[in-house]
Parts: sequence; structure tokens; C-alpha cells
Amino acid sequence: MSDVTPMRTPAESALIAAFPAARKNLPGNSTVIAMRESAFNRFEAKGLPHRRVEEYKYTDLRAAVREALPLAAAPDAKTLASLAGVTDPFAALDADRILIVDGHFVASQSASVIAGVTIHDLGEALSSGQGIEALGTIAKADDAALALNAAFMQGGVVIAIAKNAKPAKPLYVRCVVTGTAPHAVYPRVLISIGEGADVTLIETQQGPDGVAYQVNGVVEIKAGAHSKVQHVRLNAQGNAAIDMSTLGTDLGEHVEFKSLNFVTRPALSRHQVFARFSGEHIKFDVSGAALLKDKQHADSTLYVDHAMPHGESRELFKHVLDGESTGVFQGKIVVQPIAQKTDGRMMSQAILLSDNATMNNKPELEIFADDVACGHGATCGALDEDLLFYLRARGLPKPEAEALMLAAFVGEALEKIENDTVRDVLEAETQNWLLARAVK
Amino acid sequence: MLEIRNLHVSIEDKKILNGLNLTVHDGEVAAIMGPNGSGKSTLSYVIAGKEDYEILDGEILLDGENVLEMEPDARAAAGIFLAFQYPLEIPGVATMTFLKAAMQAQRKARGEVELSTAEFMKRVRDGANQLGIPQDMLKRGLNVGFSGGEKKRMEILQMALLEPKFCILDETDSGLDIDALKVVSEGVNRLRGKDRSFLVITHYQRLLNYIVPDTVHVMAHGQVVKSGGKELALELEANGYADYKTLAA
Ligand SMILES: Nc1ncnc2c1ncn2[C@@H]1O[C@H](COP(=O)(O)OP(=O)(O)O)[C@@H](O)[C@H]1O
Ligand SMILES: [Mg+2]
Repeated sequence: MSDVTPMRTPAESALIAAFPAARKNLPGNSTVIAMRESAFNRFEAKGLPHRRVEEYKYTDLRAAVREALPLAAAPDAKTLASLAGVTDPFAALDADRILIVDGHFVASQSASVIAGVTIHDLGEALSSGQGIEALGTIAKADDAALALNAAFMQGGVVIAIAKNAKPAKPLYVRCVVTGTAPHAVYPRVLISIGEGADVTLIETQQGPDGVAYQVNGVVEIKAGAHSKVQHVRLNAQGNAAIDMSTLGTDLGEHVEFKSLNFVTRPALSRHQVFARFSGEHIKFDVSGAALLKDKQHADSTLYVDHAMPHGESRELFKHVLDGESTGVFQGKIVVQPIAQKTDGRMMSQAILLSDNATMNNKPELEIFADDVACGHGATCGALDEDLLFYLRARGLPKPEAEALMLAAFVGEALEKIENDTVRDVLEAETQNWLLARAVK
Repeated sequence: MLEIRNLHVSIEDKKILNGLNLTVHDGEVAAIMGPNGSGKSTLSYVIAGKEDYEILDGEILLDGENVLEMEPDARAAAGIFLAFQYPLEIPGVATMTFLKAAMQAQRKARGEVELSTAEFMKRVRDGANQLGIPQDMLKRGLNVGFSGGEKKRMEILQMALLEPKFCILDETDSGLDIDALKVVSEGVNRLRGKDRSFLVITHYQRLLNYIVPDTVHVMAHGQVVKSGGKELALELEANGYADYKTLAA
């Protein structure tokens, strides 16, 4: 029975039924329409991935996505005015800001003139075809979430950073979902980074608590040779939201690329990274931290393709799991025959704070070159009782002792963030989570 | 100060302490000596409140209050301090952060006001200087990458800063060279006073040349089998523990 295509779920049927009308209203010239259609066909052939699909073994979207929600409309003046009441987690950050609301770029509240940086509305670019040559070529995988975003993307932003540009401030892309009625939002961000440029990209995804909205976002980053990129993503979606996200990277030679994803809030999230090494001597560092409770679920899935020699990759993922929460780490590192001298280290660590929490770890190495140093490790367990006793014997009450250890555990990933304000914000998010747990 | 009456303790169904009795008076430095495996560390853990042990019988009174009912952090706030035989490494918890958290938590538990940051820093700096602990070590993860001697100094620094009234030193001399032993002993001796008592656990007499005890107790098979003055330590050094290994069996 298992290889028979299962009957469509109501959500799948509704998505399929919605596409023809949506396609007419969504922006795009003929090339983009063809892209949408081919992506949609890929989705239609297989439907929502479920637990018998290897890549989604632990995150069953067929079961989780019960409804196909209406596409969010472009924000009107009233919606934009309502943003005044929504706290920006990075309010304290001195940055050049780009605002995306309900999947649509908001030019009036985004930086317009930044030396060495150009910013365009993706919705307009999809219609004109200008500046989107790389669209869909960076994040490339036979993946249902990615296909759905390509079919339904409403808008977003195209960012180009000039050769050798070193923007003085971080570029901060803030994506906000609004409203009390649940919608589906498919934002896309396309970033090209010129040779030798050096840039910090901050991304927030946020929305209201108590609304079962769905976000399926894609960020594509193409980084030119010798550029340096640090990307930090804060997933602050609401506590009933489903957040799917894909980060695709295409890296040139000698690129130093770092990305970190941080999750504490949404009901269900999956962050997948597809990285391609298109040049030699790349330094790639991708990490994540998730602090989960109740029935929350967070998945981190990586596919790192070492397609050139002398690449270095570091992957560090931290899960803190309380209540009945579930953490997932799937990491696949492929080292192609040509990719000699690859140095890869992948680590996933989880702390279970409750007997009812679950961690699923699936690290994989596929090595086809012989002169490489690659390793992976996965640990999963309770907090170390002996360390806890040591701290308590010095007078720290149990919740404080646990909080200190958990902050240190998560801190190992947050340490990778170079911008002090950004790191402070995520440390404070961690502290808030720990505090809420301690007073419970 | 501390009174232990008829203490019976087991771990994983293995009996370790077998009716141990011990009294340490205010201001007294009591040494416990005994062969490896006689239950010295177990005793120190049980006093400090480690949860792995099963207390089968007996009581431990600190100034008349039964500490066996108390959580480890409450015991710490009540004035019990254990300098661990093997201090643990806690990566990612900066030593300074840890010291501050411990000092403030104890003050809070005792209903005292928190120390100002300036006062805290001054105390830590002074304490570290006295023990020859470089300031940059305080920025590193607690005990991470510290040598054996550095870890022991750090234990004594914590003891000095937390100002406990009952201090247990579990083989603080192990792994120390003679210079470090002197520094650590001086650190301990500075803290001696009429309101503070010590239980100095050691396998060797050497430490007791530097921290001169008021009383010496020999432990074997989970009991105190002989008590005496400081001369008992010298006697043990000369004759070894062979006599005691059979005594309680
Ligand atoms: N966690 C444990 N599980 C089982 N046996 C233990 C444990 N800890 C200590 N023991 C045993 O208890 C006895 C006393 O150990 P310990 O208190 O460490 O002695 P000492 O400090 O005097 O060398 C030893 O036989 C030791 O093997
Ligand atoms: Mg011992």
C-alpha cells in the first residue's frame, strides 16, 4: 500500500484548487508564470510530504497542515498603522531596515538609499523580470516547501550588494504577519552579494499569537568570491503558527558564510538549508538553537554539498526540549569526489527537560573523496546531574542552576554571532524563555 | 556546630556508611583520614546534599537543625560548603558569572541585600589575588581547562567569598605541588575563626602540616574507628592504615 499515492487531504485538494486563480493574481511575467507552473506541478505530483518521505520523516506536513489558508493580501494603510503596536525584537539594533508585511515589501517603511546596496520590491521584479535572473537557481531542491513557495510567492525583496561593498550597518529584513484571521504567506528574499563584499543580514519572522497562520518563506543568497556574510534569523512567529523556511546559498571561492537560526515561539517550524559550494576554500558555518515547550515542534534540516575542494563546514545545532515538545535535526553532508581537503564537522546536541520530550537526530555523511576530515556527532540527554549538584551546592536553587546551564548550552551557538546587539537580543530571548520556565 | 549521629548510607544497594558518629565543635578543625574507598567522599556528599544516596538511618545536625531534610542550595545558604575532590568543569558559564550567581543566591536565601557590582568585584579581585589566581582566569568557563591546582584554588576562592560556617575540604591536597599546597593552606588558615569549623578530609598526613587540625578521626568501612589529637595523624603516617582495615570489618 505504501507506494500508492495516498488520497489527497482536504488541504492538498484546496491548494490545488486555489492555484489557477491565485496564479492570475500573483505577480509575474511569462518566465515567472512558467516557473510557478512547473513548481506547482512538482507539488501536485507528490502532495504534501509525510512521514514516509525520507526528508520529512519526522515532520509530517500532511498531518500538520490541515487547511489551505487564503493568501494574505497586500497590507493596506490600516494594517500598516497597526504595526505600531507590534514590538520589533531588534528595536535596539542600529540597522538599515527592510519591512515585509504579509509577504509584501513595504517601500515606505524600508531604507531606500544605502551606499553599495540596492533594494527592489520582488513583486515588481517578478512582473518586470528585472534583476531576478538568479531567482530559483540558488535554493534548488526537489522539495515540497520550496515548490509551494515558488508557486505562490506573493512578493518580498531583491537585495544586491555591490562588489567590495561593506555596508556600515547590518541589513535587517523584518517580516511581519498581521491579522486575527489566519492566512498563508509566501515571502521570498533574493540576495546577491558582490565579490569581496562584507555584510551582516538580520532576519526576523514574526506574527500574532493565537492565530494559526502559515508562513512558507525562502531566502536565496548568492555570495561572490571573497565575500563575507553573516546571517542571523530569529523565528518569532506566533505560538499557533506553522513556519516553513528554506535558506538556499550558492557560494563562490573563499567566501566566509555564517548563518544562525533561533526558534522559541511557533507551534511548528522547519528551517531547511541547502548549501552549494561553487568555489574552493569556502568557510561555511551554519548553526541553530531552539528552545521548545508544550507541544512545539522544530525541525532543522541541512543539505550541504561540498562540490569543490578545500571547503570547511561547521554545523552546530542545539535543542532544549521541555514539555511534550519535539526537536528534529537532519543533516546531510555530501563530499563530492573532486572535493578533496574538505573539513566538515557536524554536531547536534539536545537537552531533554521532560520525559515526554522527543529528539530525532539524523546526521549523515556521504563522502566520495578520500583526502577529507569529516565527522559528526549527536548527543541527547538530560542535564548533567553532577554539574547541577555542583551549582546547587554553591547555593543556586534548582531552577537557577538549570537556567545557568541551559544558557551556557545555547550560548555556545549564540557565541557565533558577531554583532553584539544581535547576540544580546537572542541571549535575552533565551533568558526570557528560561525565566518563564523557572517561575512556572 | 555539626553533629552526625548513627549515619547509615547506601548507594545502589551498596552500604557505604555504617553508623558513623562525628561531632565537630564551633571553631574546630577536624581532620578525617582513611584509606581509599572508606567512604570519605560519600560522607562529604551526604552532608552537602547530593541526591544519589539513600539515607537509611541517622541524622546530621547543623547547629541543632537536621540538614538531611534540606535541598543542597538550602544547605549552602545555611552555611555548608564542600570543596570538591574533583571540581567539575562547566563550559560556557564564566567563572565570574558563576561566582556572582552563587553569592547573590545565598544572600537572597538568607534575606540579605544583594552586593553591589563594585563590592562584588572588589571581593573577587582581592580573594583571587590572595590565592594567586590571575584575573583573566575569572573570565574563562568555570574550571574549564584549569590545571588540578588551579581548580583547587578556585574551590578555596569560592569558600572565601561565600563565607560558610561549616567547610568540608575533600582531598584538597590531591594533585597539588608543594607551592600550591602552601597557598591553598594559607587560604584556609585565613578563614579559621571561632565561628567557623572545618572538616578536612585527606588521605595523607602532609596537608595537616599546613592546616593543623584540632582533632583527627580515622575512618574505615564507613565508620569513625578512632579519634584523637593531631598526633594521631603522625601515627597513621608512620604505620599506615593496615591496622584499621581489619578493625571494623
Ligand atoms: N556512585 C557510586 N556507585 C556505587 N558505588 C560507589 C559510588 N560512589 C562511591 N562508591 C563506592 O563507595 C565506596 C566509598 O567511596 P568514597 O566515598 O569515594 O571513598 P573515599 O572518598 O574514602 O575514597 C567505594 O567502595 C566506592 O567504590
Ligand atoms: Mg574520596
